[in-house]
Amino acid sequence: MTATDPYATTRDTTEGKVFTVTGQDWDSVVSGLGEEPEERVVVNMGPQHPSTHGVLRLILELDGENVTEARCGIGYLHTGIEKNMEFRSWTQGVTFCTRMDYLSPFYNEAAYCLAVERLLGIEDQIPDKANVMRVLLMELNRISSHLVCIATGGMEIGALTVMTIGFREREKTLDLFELITGLRMNHAFIRPGGVAQDLPAGALDKIREYITWMNKHLKEYAELCNANPIFKARLQNVGYLDLAGCMALGISGPTVRSTGYALDLRKSQPYCGYETYDFDVPTWDSSDAYGRFRVRLQEMHESLKIVEQCADRLEKMDGQPVMVADKKIGWPAQLAVGADGMGNSLDHIKHIMGESMEALIHHFKLVTEGFRVPAGQAYVALESPRGEMGCHVVSDGGTKPYRVHFRDPSFANLQAMPIMCEGGQVADVIVAVASLDPVMGGVDR
Amino acid sequence: MSDTQPENLPATSAASDAQTPQAEVIDQREGMFGVRGTGDTSGFGGLRRQVALPGSTPKPYGSWFDGAVDRLEGLVADGAIEKVVVDRGELTLHIKRENLVEVCKHLRDDEALRFEFCSGVSGVHYPNETGSELHAVYHFLSITHNRRIRLEVSAPDSDPHIPSIVSVYPANDWHERETWDFFGIVFDGHPALTRIQMPDDWPGHPQRKDYPLGGIDVEYKGAVIPPPDTRRSYN
Repeated sequence: MTATDPYATTRDTTEGKVFTVTGQDWDSVVSGLGEEPEERVVVNMGPQHPSTHGVLRLILELDGENVTEARCGIGYLHTGIEKNMEFRSWTQGVTFCTRMDYLSPFYNEAAYCLAVERLLGIEDQIPDKANVMRVLLMELNRISSHLVCIATGGMEIGALTVMTIGFREREKTLDLFELITGLRMNHAFIRPGGVAQDLPAGALDKIREYITWMNKHLKEYAELCNANPIFKARLQNVGYLDLAGCMALGISGPTVRSTGYALDLRKSQPYCGYETYDFDVPTWDSSDAYGRFRVRLQEMHESLKIVEQCADRLEKMDGQPVMVADKKIGWPAQLAVGADGMGNSLDHIKHIMGESMEALIHHFKLVTEGFRVPAGQAYVALESPRGEMGCHVVSDGGTKPYRVHFRDPSFANLQAMPIMCEGGQVADVIVAVASLDPVMGGVDR
Repeated sequence: MSDTQPENLPATSAASDAQTPQAEVIDQREGMFGVRGTGDTSGFGGLRRQVALPGSTPKPYGSWFDGAVDRLEGLVADGAIEKVVVDRGELTLHIKRENLVEVCKHLRDDEALRFEFCSGVSGVHYPNETGSELHAVYHFLSITHNRRIRLEVSAPDSDPHIPSIVSVYPANDWHERETWDFFGIVFDGHPALTRIQMPDDWPGHPQRKDYPLGGIDVEYKGAVIPPPDTRRSYN
């Protein structure tokens, strides 16, 4: 059937025969292999494969259905974000790093901003409201990120309803992001010194509606999956990695917590005021893909608890500042949403264009030149949906970062792919990779 | 404006505690707007400012730092720790590259140190720091004691070799490959030091300072805007 298919050809190399398989043409491979005695096949899964969570290339050496060796090929989504940030001002850097791990943009922004704030020495001056808004957005983001993980993970094993309801709830979360930040993804909303804009009118009501909706619908995942025999058969005892393995390989996040150890930076090294919120760190003791699923599911409920506490606090914070008081750092514009999107508010434009020469100079200097950050380096890590999201920032005292490096948890966690997959079956590779939840935008940066 | 006083800094940012380390000059910044030669009509072209990073901190360091540093000093060879920098509440140990693996072993295994978790390594390129242009910066987390520590190891551009710590912290495998890929630091003893982000046949190491960012001119409404690294900007 494939003799005439130009995309599914066969060629001979020094390593052996190479088949290009495009789907539904395994017959050609089987008949081709029949001529050769060995059962060993090296399969390149990806980088364009629907089950590898983006452009991840898995190189699997198979003996029949068993995986004898597995390796990752990454870098297909490398965009040089770290290098690009060295050529933009400190504030503009947020616009770049928010695009790394596109499923948890607020964590990228927050890690970077907290590191810049440590270099500036203004960690204690961040207004309370900005911190509460950061926590609110990060926890909403944890929910939307876990939803994608569970949804796509479900889709890959054929649980399509989990996918459709997962994306339904995620839409609700992204609607909130759009209302608060103006964008569904790539927000660049958390800025050094605070956040870009105050909560818009009516946002708290929408958050309350969202909490009610989620409380009603989050249960469905447990009802669909927790005791589902097919779901359990696919996930239990698959992708096993115990605590010692996690420590050696630098694995963090739900994978560690699925081994029974409650490692969570929000508790052990709190930032943004996490020590003042009431929440638990869920764990599971099976060290497998099913455990990671249960941890994520439970974490969404905990995040919802934090979101509720944030909403209560924000109710009492009406009119409080969301940007640091230091005028040499805080963005001068009062942003507002107009007919053509978000921009400087008309009041601010009237002030700088018609009333105050000094205000205009200040606006111009801060927007074009930016601020200088005292020389030195800082490393800030926070608990992203995938684990330890670290940001190492070096400043030489200039208006641009000298070097920014992100320790993305997806990158570190993906190193565990071989140990989780080798010795298992091909179908389990999909489950194991999905349970690690790597986001290639973050892996490759 | 004097050379030692950083200008246009937020008033609150000057690290005012008595612990302020002696600054270490690494570079000289010239001009203001990134323009060289006759193109500069601003009069700021002659401006010269020193770029200085926080230098060595004298004892006592404060907090848990003293105990940990003393403990480590007692375990490793003399002179392995070149410099201790305490800045912004973070502890940085500058380690001689020959002693890196030994230091890491003690950091991981010693009861009083116990840094179980390696958050990876990243490179920093200081082209004007002759003799130690390439820096590898490691971050560790001690879950037992809830502490973080940073190790900094440097190598000259002419001999960019640093021992690999994958044998001690397997977690560092991909991180070292990434740093090799982007900075050209050769981690001796790494099991398979190949490029990880860039294509295998890529020439050069993209995150070095002498590697251009690249980009093309963009025309917008008749005006041509050069790529960011050749654009006029503040420096």
